[in-house]
Amino acid sequence: MAKRISSLFRPQRPVDQGTLAEGRRLVEDINRRGILRGAVSLGALAMLTGCDVSENDSVQQALRAVSSWNDRVQAALFRPDHLAPTFAPSQVVKPPRFNAYYPIEDVKPVDGATWTLELSGRIADKRPWTAQRIYALPEQELIIRHICVEGWDYIGQWSGPNLRGFLERIGADLTAKYVYFICADDYTESIDMACALHPQTILATKYAGATIADPFGYPLRLRTSTKLGYKNAKWIKAIEVSNTFTETFWSKQGFNWFAGI
Amino acid sequence: MHWINAVAIFIMIGSGWKIYNDDVIFGFLHFPDGVVIGKWAQYGLQWHFFGMWIFVLNGLAYFAYGIAGGRFRRKLFPISPREVFATVGDAVRFRLRHDDLTHYNAVQKVLYLGVMAVGVLIVLTGLCLWKPVQFSELADLFGSFQTVRLIHFLCMSAIVAFIAVHVTLAVLVPQSLVAMLTGGPAVDDAATSNKLASR
Repeated sequence: MAKRISSLFRPQRPVDQGTLAEGRRLVEDINRRGILRGAVSLGALAMLTGCDVSENDSVQQALRAVSSWNDRVQAALFRPDHLAPTFAPSQVVKPPRFNAYYPIEDVKPVDGATWTLELSGRIADKRPWTAQRIYALPEQELIIRHICVEGWDYIGQWSGPNLRGFLERIGADLTAKYVYFICADDYTESIDMACALHPQTILATKYAGATIADPFGYPLRLRTSTKLGYKNAKWIKAIEVSNTFTETFWSKQGFNWFAGI
Repeated sequence: MHWINAVAIFIMIGSGWKIYNDDVIFGFLHFPDGVVIGKWAQYGLQWHFFGMWIFVLNGLAYFAYGIAGGRFRRKLFPISPREVFATVGDAVRFRLRHDDLTHYNAVQKVLYLGVMAVGVLIVLTGLCLWKPVQFSELADLFGSFQTVRLIHFLCMSAIVAFIAVHVTLAVLVPQSLVAMLTGGPAVDDAATSNKLASR
């Protein structure tokens, strides 16, 4: 009979039926008792809330290493000129959905009259900007989908100066790796330069044609079509262009840093 | 490959339930803390985006092996509708037999192919949830972001239902587990050795 080798893993010789018969009772016993017991104890282990393996230092280190690897994969997948879908003004949700690390009642409004945008790092012209000057810059409008890491989404209509145009205007080093944002509520966020230079990344000053309301980032926030919601820093008070990676508000807590969509 | 897949599926479902809980699709359905993986949202996400590598790489290796080695063609085809009905009939009358473990019955063939198709679909919808902008062409085929989420969720539900039946039947037919651990009887050789033994 012609022998067909179908698998590298399949033994070349048939299984010794004698051993199989002897072992069968034992294995059946394992099946019946062991699997039941195993299933019960595995379930019991899972029931032990507060004893989460994710918090174990070495496990957390490994998971974060995978998350960093995923940052690199996402950067490789990023298509710099690929535009996110845009929508019609009739689909815009008003007002936008609130998101922050605290409830909407705790929002501390920023005074636009005294606010300035500070610049630092690899930028030629570091003079601070007043709201008046930023609001006078040419605007770009984006009607794009906001996607939160939690799973919800909505369509929003944002306008303000294009970030790439702004970075060019202030003489930023566009070959630097990161653009870092510091916010009035001590939130921090940073994005990779490829995202900062994407045509659908803006410093938003308006929502649905009117100045952004306090809970959504007045006077200045980031809005990009290529990142999850939490990357879009609100109430920005300083921008730094840098080659040094600094952990951000959420990445410190274990959320993925790149968070591209 | 089966057991690597089992571990990957366990991670993906448990962490997926944690992620689901942050913004439930169905108001009545919230997975209890005891059955999810990851105490906090970020841990659930970390596990999910770690498990995806195991699931996808193992899955690709399995498909490559199944297709190139001819295993899928030999084991899963052809499927005759009449045979499917006959097997279902036997099953509801508790007359299902597994005399030859190397041969799948028609219902097994349909279910195994079905769960593989669901596995492909859950990966594709997963890609669209992870990268709805980078893979916008693919995401558009499925619909809006929430539609993709729903399909991803339904695929998970189908896999959970499959596992429930699959595990129950495997425990009811313990020889199948023996076969999984020993590598199983070799198709042609086993027939030969049986003939020899009966002489």
